[in-house]
Amino acid sequence: MVTAATMNSPLIGTPKLEIKDVGKIFKTKSGETTALEKTSFTINDGEFVTILGPSGCGKSTVLRIVAGLEEATSGQVLLDGEVINGPGPDRGMVFQSYTLFPWLNVKENITFGLKLNGVSQKEREDVARHYLQLIGLEGFENHYPIQLSGGMKQRVAIARALANDPKILLMDEPFGALDAQTRNIMQEVLLKAWEESKKTILFITHDVDESIFLADSVYVMSARPGRLKKKVPISIERPRGFSVKGTVEFAAYKEELLSLIREESLKSI
Amino acid sequence: MLAKWFTPNKEIPKSVYTSAGLITFLLFLVFWSVLSYGGIVNPLFLPTPTVVLATAIDLLFNGELLSNIGISFTRVLVGFLVAALIGIPLGILMGSLKIMEGAFEPIIGFIRYMPASAFIPLLILWIGLGESEKMSVIFLGTFFQLTLMIMDVTKNVQNELIEVSYTLGAKKLQVFTKVILPAALPGIVDTLRITFGWAWTYLVVAEIVGASSGLGYMIMQASRFLQPDKIIVGILIIGLLGLLTDMIFKAIYRASFSWMRKDGF
Repeated sequence: MVTAATMNSPLIGTPKLEIKDVGKIFKTKSGETTALEKTSFTINDGEFVTILGPSGCGKSTVLRIVAGLEEATSGQVLLDGEVINGPGPDRGMVFQSYTLFPWLNVKENITFGLKLNGVSQKEREDVARHYLQLIGLEGFENHYPIQLSGGMKQRVAIARALANDPKILLMDEPFGALDAQTRNIMQEVLLKAWEESKKTILFITHDVDESIFLADSVYVMSARPGRLKKKVPISIERPRGFSVKGTVEFAAYKEELLSLIREESLKSI
Repeated sequence: MLAKWFTPNKEIPKSVYTSAGLITFLLFLVFWSVLSYGGIVNPLFLPTPTVVLATAIDLLFNGELLSNIGISFTRVLVGFLVAALIGIPLGILMGSLKIMEGAFEPIIGFIRYMPASAFIPLLILWIGLGESEKMSVIFLGTFFQLTLMIMDVTKNVQNELIEVSYTLGAKKLQVFTKVILPAALPGIVDTLRITFGWAWTYLVVAEIVGASSGLGYMIMQASRFLQPDKIIVGILIIGLLGLLTDMIFKAIYRASFSWMRKDGF
């Protein structure tokens, strides 16, 4: 069971993120709807965790609560032992929809957070260059988002989040709007960026292959009400290339997760 | 060929597109010529194009036209600028803060249905017949619509842009200055372009009642002295000025928001 998290992290077993009894109830005209049952789990420093679930299971709600963009009805979220309260730059986020600032070019988008913090022009240039190289978009620094493909936009969105040096990177189905080929490439780009930056990542997806390929641990979520059903540690050796998707080991994980998620999908139809 | 031009949503050659517009203009001119040169309509009511042109040149050279344009333009500009200077910040706040929307949307939504021209008698009572009365009419005619349109533009700013800026460390004030404002700016410029056109309409209303100068006054006087050619010149000039300001706003738009176009130019 050798994962990058256990290899890279000196703080083995230190919880980076603790989610304690977090639940969410929406009040509607017809009464109360439980979007998320009280849920608890922890993510270790440097760990890559995916949450896998059918649509409408509340997996995005978990992420948005961690990001501080939504308030939990109960429980609390701790980052490095401190209770989070509202959104902040210590939790970078990449959305499914394209959220680059269209009036800023690629370089300005990547350094948006740094500029807010008053980081010098010189330092911003250096950071931009580093992340452009990391995501493979050298030569595009002066392009505007409208001139980029969907995959490129999401690369820049990842770079923008990482450039801000957050404690954890939150990703809400970031490749959901991309075609299958681009999605596969983006997964490899992300793994490379993760291995280089040693960030802790919480990644939401409904794509089984994606969740296995990326994760140290996959949490399967159940639908209506949303709750964590099972944690599946993925012990496929790292670094992982696209070829691991063809291995027997990968297929075994896929079968296990597919059957878990199938039950949930059937319930939510 | 012809069938292609009349297929819904089908692109047509640029030359055909431009020609179609020119032909419509020409047809209008032909229609006017037939009615006037042909003697179908009494020249007392409809002068010929040549008479109108001659009057225009005459008015231009004796200075009457330019001084009236100057006076009218100043009124429109000041009335509109005041409306924009208050309407833009208020609209942005209403579009982004629910409390501001709750406070101002109902009253503005109500007042905008009150015709600005109906306020003229009241304005005359309050502030007399001076310049500020004319400007106030233009202000009343544009401010409320403008504010509501800016509110809508601001509301349409993609919420995720605001959310992502929070996760990048933006404070509330920075969300306004670094995200909402630049995101709404193209829509704001476009709103100004549209409402500035309306300002010209209210100018004439303001100058027809109790004015002693300006293009609207010139038109009104021409009516009293049975000079339809002068009326038509006045109307055409206002139309041209409106078109000109519209083109200026469009040029500003193109020059400022190259990031909205794929080619970047």
